[in-house]
Amino acid sequence: MKTFLAFVLKEFQHVWRDKRSLFILIAMPVMLMFIFGFALSNEVKNSNIAILCPKPDEEVLSLIEKIDQSKYFTINKMMHNPNEIENYFKQNKGKMVIVFENDFADKLQHDKLANVQLIGDATDPNTATTMIGYAQGIIADYQKSLLGETNLPYAIQVETRMLYNPQLLSAYNFVPGVMALILTLLGTMMTSVSIVKEKEFGSMELLLVSPVKPIMVIFSKALPYALLCFIDVLIILLMARYVLDMPIRGNIFLLLAMSVLFIFTTLSLGLLISNSVDQQQVAMFISLVGLMMPSLIFSGFMFPIENMPKPMQIISNIVPTKWYFEILKSVMVKGLGFSYIWKHTLILVGMTAFFTLVAVRKFKIRLS
Amino acid sequence: MIGIVIKKEFRQIFRNPNILRMMMVMPIIQLIIIPFAADYEIKNIDLAIVNQDNSSYSQRLVQKLVAGNYFQLVEASTDYRTAQESIEKGHADLIITIPHDFEKNIIKENKATISISADAVNGVKAGLGNLYANQIIGQFNAEIREELLVMPRHNEIVNIQTFAQNRYNPHNDYHLFMVPGILALLVTMVGALISTLNIVSEKEKGTIEQINVTPLKKYQFIIGKLTPFWILGMISITIGFIISYVVFGIVSLGGYLSIYLYSGLYLLAVLGIGLLLSTFVDTQQQATLFSFFLMMNFVLLSGLYTAVESMPGWARFLSDLLPPSHFIKVIRSIFIKGSSVVDILPEFGIMAIFAVVLNGLAVMNYRKRA
Repeated sequence: MKTFLAFVLKEFQHVWRDKRSLFILIAMPVMLMFIFGFALSNEVKNSNIAILCPKPDEEVLSLIEKIDQSKYFTINKMMHNPNEIENYFKQNKGKMVIVFENDFADKLQHDKLANVQLIGDATDPNTATTMIGYAQGIIADYQKSLLGETNLPYAIQVETRMLYNPQLLSAYNFVPGVMALILTLLGTMMTSVSIVKEKEFGSMELLLVSPVKPIMVIFSKALPYALLCFIDVLIILLMARYVLDMPIRGNIFLLLAMSVLFIFTTLSLGLLISNSVDQQQVAMFISLVGLMMPSLIFSGFMFPIENMPKPMQIISNIVPTKWYFEILKSVMVKGLGFSYIWKHTLILVGMTAFFTLVAVRKFKIRLS
Repeated sequence: MIGIVIKKEFRQIFRNPNILRMMMVMPIIQLIIIPFAADYEIKNIDLAIVNQDNSSYSQRLVQKLVAGNYFQLVEASTDYRTAQESIEKGHADLIITIPHDFEKNIIKENKATISISADAVNGVKAGLGNLYANQIIGQFNAEIREELLVMPRHNEIVNIQTFAQNRYNPHNDYHLFMVPGILALLVTMVGALISTLNIVSEKEKGTIEQINVTPLKKYQFIIGKLTPFWILGMISITIGFIISYVVFGIVSLGGYLSIYLYSGLYLLAVLGIGLLLSTFVDTQQQATLFSFFLMMNFVLLSGLYTAVESMPGWARFLSDLLPPSHFIKVIRSIFIKGSSVVDILPEFGIMAIFAVVLNGLAVMNYRKRA
């Protein structure tokens, strides 16, 4: 036991000595929380647009003013010729052009009907659709103000309640995602690379001839990263609570217990990888392509799983991150208890047992 | 001199199949899988309906909701609590409750209320689901209103008609948007990550000291190191083009020559990043971690998934400082809109500045000492 502790201490010192990596390991969750919390959104705000109207009359001008004043759009070009549209888009000056027909006010007054064309740059389809939708909303409001308020009979009103997340904050989706991602990165990639490094340099042989059981040597390597994982979980939870003001609804101990379980899952995967390969670059490649990418893609955190083709939905079930991500969402955001996540827990326990078993069986005391 | 270094690098690259595999397999897997996964078009929203009013109106409304492409009926009940439970279990995304006396209230009191509850953990989905439901209910409302009363003629009401046009991508094909962007990311990964790893592994193994004692000049060493990766980067772009054509049927609207021109310049900048990174780190583990850190920033801030325009000022500024943001913007303009070199001339200038500054810093930081 004492020798084992000495090994653990050695590993801690190794990790502690590499201050630069340590800095990144702590800075990564902080940075991700800031980017996801404050930088990324799907909202359209102050987006640049252009107006094409050769001879604007007062009706057009007041509508343009309404559009410019909205928080969604900023008009950065007034066009006079339809040929300008193409260049405007091709030079990435803005993402929508609103075209008013000539004699807009006249037509509105006499024909009671005037036309507006909204041309969106659908290179980014969702943004284009959203922008067109907002513009239509502004125009409809303007039209309503021309009509004056009139109440329609037989009205069906809709009352909407947004459960769990009334302000539709994206934090509720990404905080669990960031946690899952960081744990996968640290637990699997860092652990496997650090073990394989000893193999590559031949120092593994020295460790293996020590009085400590060989498998313990490997476990001692994983421990510092397990601790770092746990620290990162705490950082993320604290930031979610106090920087992003996101309430943590469920039982915090259940949450931490589940995180510890998932840390074990990632570590067992890391061990499995490190026992299967001999080169750092291969270990890295496997963790990156075999694990990091599937975790990002199939956990449901970046991309909605239900939109994927069926085969990919099935594949998503074998990605451990997916289950942890769902546990986090249920406990943290919805405040549900263990009775709702026992199935997920069981699956994670099963995966961990499986990976550990295979890793131990693959573990060779002798290097080739 | 330089030629000899290049020859050595190529030999080493071909001798170690791992690097080659990384360069070939990574782009192929990613390019094929991600566009299928990254479908942000929200459809198939799982709907639970609580119909407490067993009237012909409520049934018509239910049929109308289910008939469209947006919703998938997973549960129909008369009790809100069962529906809520299926939201908690994740079976349903949206509950629409039609209350008692819905039909009666419309006819007698001129108004009725329907309530929608959405699982808003995923805000985007909840918002869109709510929007779709509102649209359908609105249509239904208009239908029954028309049946119940003969509308007054619209002659006196002014009407502004809007016509929407989605230019360049009329069918809102998400693949068209994602494929060029992912292509850009792959080139970045190949260029920055693999060149860093290569140089750092020489550091770690100590072979860099052997190179340092040769009469080779600093710039010769660096050019010799970077040329093979520049060539491999260009090859992986080409593979990317082939895959986007074969798998997705996407061809560039603009000229491939302008893409290659810009990509060549971009690869210089990215290799500069890799080189600069390799002067900061000592082990492959560090290199991996640092490049992963960088890649995360690139992926999130470059506008690959979320529009740069929606970011706050500081994030837009950061995004402008990252070469991949520019590359993604340019490759999308050329691919999807068919922009020509003249259209994006300023972008060429910006990328040239990146290339010069990054490589300059790297060369300055590189010491011919271990």
